[in-house]
Amino acid sequence: MAAELDEIVLANATTRLAEYEAAGGYRALAKARAMTPAEVTDELIASELRGRGGAFFPTGRKWSFVPSKEQLPKPHYLVVNADESEPGSFKDNEILSRVPHRFIEGCLITAHAIDCTHVFVYIRGEYSGPYEILVGALEELHGRPDLRGDVTIVVHRGAGAYICGEETALLESLEGKRGQPRSKPPFPAVSGLYAAPTVVNNVETITSVPPVIAMGAAEYVKLGVPNTRGSRVVSISGNVVNGGNYEIEAGMSLREIVYGLGGGIADGRELKAVVPGGSSTVILRADEIDVGYDFDSLARLSTAMGSAGIIVLDDRCCIVQLGLRFSEFYEHESCGKCTPCREGTRWLTAILRKIEDGRASQDELDLLLDVCDRINGKCLCPLGDSDAIIVASYVAKFRDEFQAHIDQGGCPFGGHSSLDGVLAPVAMHAHPPAAGVPA
Amino acid sequence: MSTLHARIQEERAKYPAGSSSAVMPALRLAQEEYGWLSPDALREVADALETTPAFCKSIASFYDQFHLAPIGEHLVEVCTNVSCAVVGAQQVVEAFEDALGCRAGETSPDGKVTLRTIECLGGCGWGTIVSVDHRYRTRVRAEDVPSILEELDDGR
Repeated sequence: MAAELDEIVLANATTRLAEYEAAGGYRALAKARAMTPAEVTDELIASELRGRGGAFFPTGRKWSFVPSKEQLPKPHYLVVNADESEPGSFKDNEILSRVPHRFIEGCLITAHAIDCTHVFVYIRGEYSGPYEILVGALEELHGRPDLRGDVTIVVHRGAGAYICGEETALLESLEGKRGQPRSKPPFPAVSGLYAAPTVVNNVETITSVPPVIAMGAAEYVKLGVPNTRGSRVVSISGNVVNGGNYEIEAGMSLREIVYGLGGGIADGRELKAVVPGGSSTVILRADEIDVGYDFDSLARLSTAMGSAGIIVLDDRCCIVQLGLRFSEFYEHESCGKCTPCREGTRWLTAILRKIEDGRASQDELDLLLDVCDRINGKCLCPLGDSDAIIVASYVAKFRDEFQAHIDQGGCPFGGHSSLDGVLAPVAMHAHPPAAGVPA
Repeated sequence: MSTLHARIQEERAKYPAGSSSAVMPALRLAQEEYGWLSPDALREVADALETTPAFCKSIASFYDQFHLAPIGEHLVEVCTNVSCAVVGAQQVVEAFEDALGCRAGETSPDGKVTLRTIECLGGCGWGTIVSVDHRYRTRVRAEDVPSILEELDDGR
């Protein structure tokens, strides 16, 4: 199992076009433009690159679904999802900030592959820093018609809504509507932005395209393990010594990621659990981290890489509070369009609050799991499902801790959990207003 | 600086004719101009986009970054999602509350700073993340709060 990897997505960090070019940048673009669009797409299919936003869909296949302009005479669009908002994930932040020109080169190659001249980058509104770096890089590109070709790249800023990371909600938002998911089909490849054929790809996926073309699919597939090829930029956070983003070869052991790259558990504490791929993925206990960080290995533990946000939790973390805090997040971000999510996330929060406060009866633990069942698989998009899946996994793996809250009539951590009393935005307005505050 | 109306037209030109795509950039521009999206500001955006204030408000109300009520001169947002919370975000919130004399979700009595908690800002490995007027501060601890507020006092 390979551990060491020369960075390919994050390599040669620079925000300057000339420096990027001097280090070999934009050569993959020239190589791709010497190929037909179908040849580029075939190369991506052969590379086995899969989407890095969380759904892990094969990138080349997604591109191949776009109908030709003869079949459907409409413009094609590339929309890049830079709405990174998954708790635990901050890789796209770093990719855009460190290697904006590799990202742009990926946009231009993808535009060539799908026969499109209009690219929209939907970046979350809070990312002022990466936004300015990207805009600066695009200004440099503007002075280089030889690289830009006939492609226009527009950066569209979000304004604070996790749901807009879901691709159809993102398209709605980009069209100037409320960011609520669409029912599928039709899929974006056929009817996406402005009802035209659209490819939606994540920032890391797009930034992986130039290395795939530069090294060739045959070399790229040598990296990683079956079903998970290439590199992965993982975000490590929580109770670790060295939080940050690290580019790894897919398949590296999760233990090595946490203890090697992450430097182990901070403050001399013990590891309790790891959230392996952002808030929406099934939790792993400390005794489950001898697992490869790849699709198949994690699937055997009923979990996933998701958006590669690895949250490390030490022994001070109350799992009921963890479920409560994430449920508060999903409740806050639920768009309200479909009933199971809108009602269910509220219910999960309320029941978890009761358990945490020691006011829950035994049958309310059953009710909690019942609500999870009534959400899971019944929503328009993965948001509500995520809340249900993770809460059920916390109960399944830490049932004793839930039981202790009920039996003891309160939190066994006695106010000393690392998540104790944390104020979520959705709970913010439960405070009585302070006197004397001007309107 | 060109007028708000003119800048909104520049945004509209980036998108296909007939689409509503410029509504978010237009709302952002109006908010930067006036500090919040008052009924008058929404009217102005609507006129520039040839749509209705109600439509503009329906969009603005969906997104956390648009303010439909006045806020303080400065906006301090503390991430309290899990990665920041387990490294002390709540202590940072409370340090701001104590120093400002208001609760999260409110504005300091002198009208200077609006404080709120916010969901994951995407800087999880460098927590606690505090966004001060849309600029991220990383690895913020409760003891850093006085110096952050002093910087705001100095107008920096």
